[in-house]
Amino acid sequence: MNIHEYQAKELFRRYDIPVPEGRVVHSDEQALAAAEDLGGERWVVKAQIHAGGRGKGGGVVIADSPERVRQAADRLIGNRLVTPQTGSDGRPVQRVLVEQAQEIAQEFYLAILIDRVSQRITLVASDAGGMEIEEVAAREPQRIVRERVDPAVGLLDFQCRKIAAAVGLKGTLLPQAVKLMKRLYRLFRDKDALLAEVNPLAVVAGDRLLALDAKMDFDGNALYRLPDITDLRDFDEEDPKEVEATGHGLNYIALDGDVGCIVNGAGLAMATMDAIALHGGRPANFLDVGGGASPEKIANAFRIVLEDANVRGILLNIFAGINRCDWVAEGIVRAIRDQAIEVPVVVRLAGTNVAEGWMIMESSGLDYLRAEKLDDAARKAVEAVKGAAA
Amino acid sequence: MSILVDKHTRVICQGFTGKQGTFHSQQALEYGTRLVGGVTPGKGGTTHLGLPVFDTVHDAVRETGADATMIYVPAAFAADAILEAADAGIELIVCITEGIPVLDMLRVKDALNHYDARLIGPNCPGIISPGKCKIGIMPGQIHQEGRVGIISRSGTLTYEAVFQTTREGLGQSTCVGMGGDPIHGLGFVDCLCLFEQDPQTEAIVLVGEIGGSDEEAAAELIRKHISKPVIAYIAGVTAPPGKRMGHAGAIISGGKGTAAEKYAALERAGVITVRSPAEIGSAVAEALRG
Repeated sequence: MNIHEYQAKELFRRYDIPVPEGRVVHSDEQALAAAEDLGGERWVVKAQIHAGGRGKGGGVVIADSPERVRQAADRLIGNRLVTPQTGSDGRPVQRVLVEQAQEIAQEFYLAILIDRVSQRITLVASDAGGMEIEEVAAREPQRIVRERVDPAVGLLDFQCRKIAAAVGLKGTLLPQAVKLMKRLYRLFRDKDALLAEVNPLAVVAGDRLLALDAKMDFDGNALYRLPDITDLRDFDEEDPKEVEATGHGLNYIALDGDVGCIVNGAGLAMATMDAIALHGGRPANFLDVGGGASPEKIANAFRIVLEDANVRGILLNIFAGINRCDWVAEGIVRAIRDQAIEVPVVVRLAGTNVAEGWMIMESSGLDYLRAEKLDDAARKAVEAVKGAAA
Repeated sequence: MSILVDKHTRVICQGFTGKQGTFHSQQALEYGTRLVGGVTPGKGGTTHLGLPVFDTVHDAVRETGADATMIYVPAAFAADAILEAADAGIELIVCITEGIPVLDMLRVKDALNHYDARLIGPNCPGIISPGKCKIGIMPGQIHQEGRVGIISRSGTLTYEAVFQTTREGLGQSTCVGMGGDPIHGLGFVDCLCLFEQDPQTEAIVLVGEIGGSDEEAAAELIRKHISKPVIAYIAGVTAPPGKRMGHAGAIISGGKGTAAEKYAALERAGVITVRSPAEIGSAVAEALRG
């Protein structure tokens, strides 16, 4: 679960990680007041959306008067911001963060993440701050240093010193960096984070380290024990259909094709999408109904898939283990009857209670295309969609 | 032969009296698994499904001689359940539970280094040696005792591979679902080594998916140490970057973990790859004929 920069900075403050003074505001008037309240001569106005690359998209503006701050806020709030990570539609900006601009002497990159290969929490740092870390990794991998944390002892001081020294944080900056890394690690551990990223971590006037940006991602599976983090979730940043699907126990991701997919299991759902593509079709979505798919769940899945106006046909592929084909069939029959489905529906059933499932389908008298095997199902779905389009 | 489990494996169930535990214990018994009891704290001394219930895994091991466990406890208690099983001397821990926090699993994996136990999962369908022992949620009836070893990151996609190898008349020696989480127990590398040594296994099916680098590690091992034919399919060619495809582990991030990269690594290692999930069975049949 991602959160906004201003929320991450609030968490940083709670953990005594130095961040600039700032105010989050929802209107241009509030932005003006915030700039006057913060004081100083230069401010930075930052659009608050979950996607990265905001600077490249014009979502980070330096202003040299409170009036310019107001203008920047006015331009951003209520409009859509397109960045390299948002897609061409961009994301609506509802609030901006106003901060005092800093005199930056030097910029670093610092992140804590989970490295899958070593299965360790890992600190990553670089002296190439303020840049896309993926680009640095591709072009100058020697500028990136890593330190893995032993879960039994946690992050040790010497590891922080090693990292600080390797990126060139010297003198009075070194003990500051050690403290900052340990606090960030504590935050990461306490709140079940998957990523805590500071880019840039800056050296500002008076030789102080300051986290100028903050990005955090949390483990959705741990939210049950993190009520304070759960509260930070911003549903406006999520696809409303994906949120709705989650509410029905379905895992849905919209894609841009025209063959709607309803499948049980994430792996089989991806494989079904691949099979459609191999037959020259384009999947309209990823949808995993999961285990224990009740007739209601299947009916909801049909509804959500059909809300996508691009869908010209539906492929339902169920390989029942804990699921039951007869229940799934009941759901299909109900969905086709209640929702007056006009696009062709291809049904493939296999596994637990498959004979009972087909019996329900056959005796329903409904119009659908039957497939016994995955390949056959994908081919029929693609042909049906092409036929419907012609 | 088979790997990890056979008809002598003595299995207990943690979370035995819960809904999931009860249902899948019944299924396991019907399949012929030697289920010898279960654990539900507070219900020790009672019986369930005609088998003894224990308060602790230690009690269960002492009384029944269990050497394997299947875990169906809720996610919040699963890390504890895995380590309790390891501490009690269980050799094979199969954790079906999905939704365990990553940091819990990170600590569990590290702690498991102090024990001899092997972990399968979490968030997995389990393991089955057809005709001998079924520990997990897979539908028993699609399996057939036979010649192919299957190792997969996905649940229902494993069934697809099973179904196809059964239809080809090849059957399976053992099928392992390693689970879809980023931090998991046994992986491709461990199972490939076991299958290589298993005389019943003549060919190995590897079902991977986007995300992580388990497939690349498998390719490296196959090139050096595996003499049996390996057939691989990777799910997620059509998956867009940055979107998590159901499994926490299935995400293409920073351009890494794509199906194309994984296919390339496997092909360099001499693995027979199929682009369609529907061709797994026929590719295995051909490899065994050739």
